[in-house]
Amino acid sequence: MRHLLSIEDLDRAAIERILDRAKSFTEVSEREIKKVPALRGRRVLNLFYEASTRTRSSFELAAKSLSADVINFAAGGSSVEKGESLKDTVQTLSAYQPDLIVIRTPHVGAAKLVADWTTASVVNAGDGKHEHPTQALLDVYTLRERLGGIDGRSIWIVGDVTHSRVARSNIHAFQKMGAKVTVCGPPTLIPRDIEALGCDVAYTLDGLEKADVVYALRMQKERMTDSFVPSIREYAAQYQIDGRRLGARQVLMHPGPVNRGVELAAEVIDSPQAVIGQQVAAGVVTRMAVLYELLAGRTAPDRGPLPVGAGA
Amino acid sequence: MSRLDHRAQRPADLLIRGAHVLDPRERIDAPHDVLVRDGVIAEIAPPNSLDAPDGVEVLDGEGRHLFPGFVDPHVHLRTPGQEHKEDLDSGTRAAAAGGYVAVVAMPNTDPTVDSAPVLRSLREAARREARIPVGFMASITRGLDGEALTEMAELADAGALGFTDDGKPVHRAGILRKALQYQRLANRLLCLHEEDPTLSGRGVMHEGEVSARLGLAGIPSISESTLIARDASLAGYEDGRIHIQHLSARESVDAIAQAKARGVKITAEASPHHLTLTHEALLERLDTRLKMNPPLRSEDDRRALIAGLLDGTIDCIATDHAPHAREEKEVPFEEAPMGTTGLETAFAAVYTELVVPGVLPLELVVDKLSAGAALVELPLPAIRRGEGANFCLLDLEAEYEVGEAGYESRSENCCFAGRRLRGRVLATVAAGAVAFRQRTFSVVGAA
Repeated sequence: MRHLLSIEDLDRAAIERILDRAKSFTEVSEREIKKVPALRGRRVLNLFYEASTRTRSSFELAAKSLSADVINFAAGGSSVEKGESLKDTVQTLSAYQPDLIVIRTPHVGAAKLVADWTTASVVNAGDGKHEHPTQALLDVYTLRERLGGIDGRSIWIVGDVTHSRVARSNIHAFQKMGAKVTVCGPPTLIPRDIEALGCDVAYTLDGLEKADVVYALRMQKERMTDSFVPSIREYAAQYQIDGRRLGARQVLMHPGPVNRGVELAAEVIDSPQAVIGQQVAAGVVTRMAVLYELLAGRTAPDRGPLPVGAGA
Repeated sequence: MSRLDHRAQRPADLLIRGAHVLDPRERIDAPHDVLVRDGVIAEIAPPNSLDAPDGVEVLDGEGRHLFPGFVDPHVHLRTPGQEHKEDLDSGTRAAAAGGYVAVVAMPNTDPTVDSAPVLRSLREAARREARIPVGFMASITRGLDGEALTEMAELADAGALGFTDDGKPVHRAGILRKALQYQRLANRLLCLHEEDPTLSGRGVMHEGEVSARLGLAGIPSISESTLIARDASLAGYEDGRIHIQHLSARESVDAIAQAKARGVKITAEASPHHLTLTHEALLERLDTRLKMNPPLRSEDDRRALIAGLLDGTIDCIATDHAPHAREEKEVPFEEAPMGTTGLETAFAAVYTELVVPGVLPLELVVDKLSAGAALVELPLPAIRRGEGANFCLLDLEAEYEVGEAGYESRSENCCFAGRRLRGRVLATVAAGAVAFRQRTFSVVGAA
């Protein structure tokens, strides 16, 4: 495997291999010296065109735990603000000879473009509303830890599916791992023809009680100004997961950051059903496993001339 | 063709020997010798029956096809103001390389073609630079602002072939109604880009299964059809004449058919890309060359367009040739401008994808590729004795990879890039002069 651009590129065996390795890395975090030399001398470049707290920091921590050198590049305060194109930025930064580029952008397909423009491995840390594959891997990891596995389990993804790359990656990942996925939200925020991905669609929380896992998505306040929802108040009344709606044996997930009182009521965030903190912790070991998968054992990329004009 | 402009060229003296002449409107479908003297078709005779007079060049037509030249009522030549994408020379060279003998350029340039002085200077430039005859449309509203009508009567007098705000809809019904009323004075076709911006929103591709998968904002089919229905009502009420540009959706074909059945003076065009590609292509590769407006839609929509061509609901094929510079297209999909080039590949794409598999008859395609001329009241090219020479010679067996040998257009954003197509234009004669000749196609000999 050279890049991780989409969950669709992974089969179940590959997901399990990565998650097994992630599990083996938990031991590193428990050491006094939280570092192994697996990727010593390798360069990882974090290229973030969007604000991110946990994804960027967990990639950084993952790379450092494997002894790789990390360069962080945020679009703010860089030549991007002077109008440098993505292609020129990637080709410029490629002169630093990174072995791997972690990229987040607000644009669908940008990670794939970057992969075409560099000899480094590329990890998609979120491309617009398309995919966020490491989030899906850490979510499956978290569920494996809590439930043992998700074969035959019912998972409801609730909220703004249209604008969620987490939802798209998780629909694929959960189904590949044998779960049955239902997406639920206001009809304005469920993409037309989403059933083509194999999931069921619900517009109300009727039936939520049958779910083994409830995965709430972040509801952004600007959706109200675009008339996707008439009001956040009504959205919360219809779709908020609260103590009344969440069953004792259900598992509650959220990709963070949470809007308290919107998609989740305060009482469920701190409930024993919630694994939101575990998801964050899983982010580090899962990303360590992804970096390891892409870099360990692989010889340094061929540093031939950059493929000028490659890709569209 | 006095409303068209091109630079003066030496009239052709040619003998095309033994080519299969197919001119559906002239009911010719057999091998012939065609002799051109001083740019005019002097003789059409049985194959190998004519001798080349002195000074006449002979082209070997054996095993090749001679069609009436194509006419495209919808191209973007980007002049004035965006000559880094295309100019009158490169755009008409691309057209000639695609077998076109006349094209009609859209007015969404910089400045907009919205006043007689801009139009006159553009026509003057065409008389210096254009390799084939070019006509120009003017905008319906000033600066394409959708608010104030252009001086339509004066623009018509200055040579505007029609009026369009192409690239944008005329969003306000009241403005379009006034344009339809003014049409009685200007007496030119109104060409409409149909799209309801409140439905298209920030969409960048067809709304459907593929956009759901990719997480891209979709442009629903009904964004087009609802506005067609509105404008057909307006045209019917004002007894105006409208032409619907680049049809993309089944609902739109239905809306046109219904309007035609009611007697509305409405015509429509479809592009080679909408007839041959679907949104599924974006799953294989999220290629910005496949980003255009209207977007590539579903297989069901594509089939509806083909049926519309067959039953006459759709009157002609138009490319919507829309060049963009490499750096403009070499960006993430959502950031890229809409548009694909199309002049050089139009015939080959339709021939390969629709004629070879038996979906459309060749004579229908040849007819529809020039039928757009009639909409703007230009003479239809005809392979007929005494007519000016406007035809193209093709090798239908020749197969090539699009883009392999570059493009005549200044831009390379062709949605068919990398595909293998059949049907190569060997030579184009437009307005009586040789406008294009394939580099590898040599002359048999001059007598």
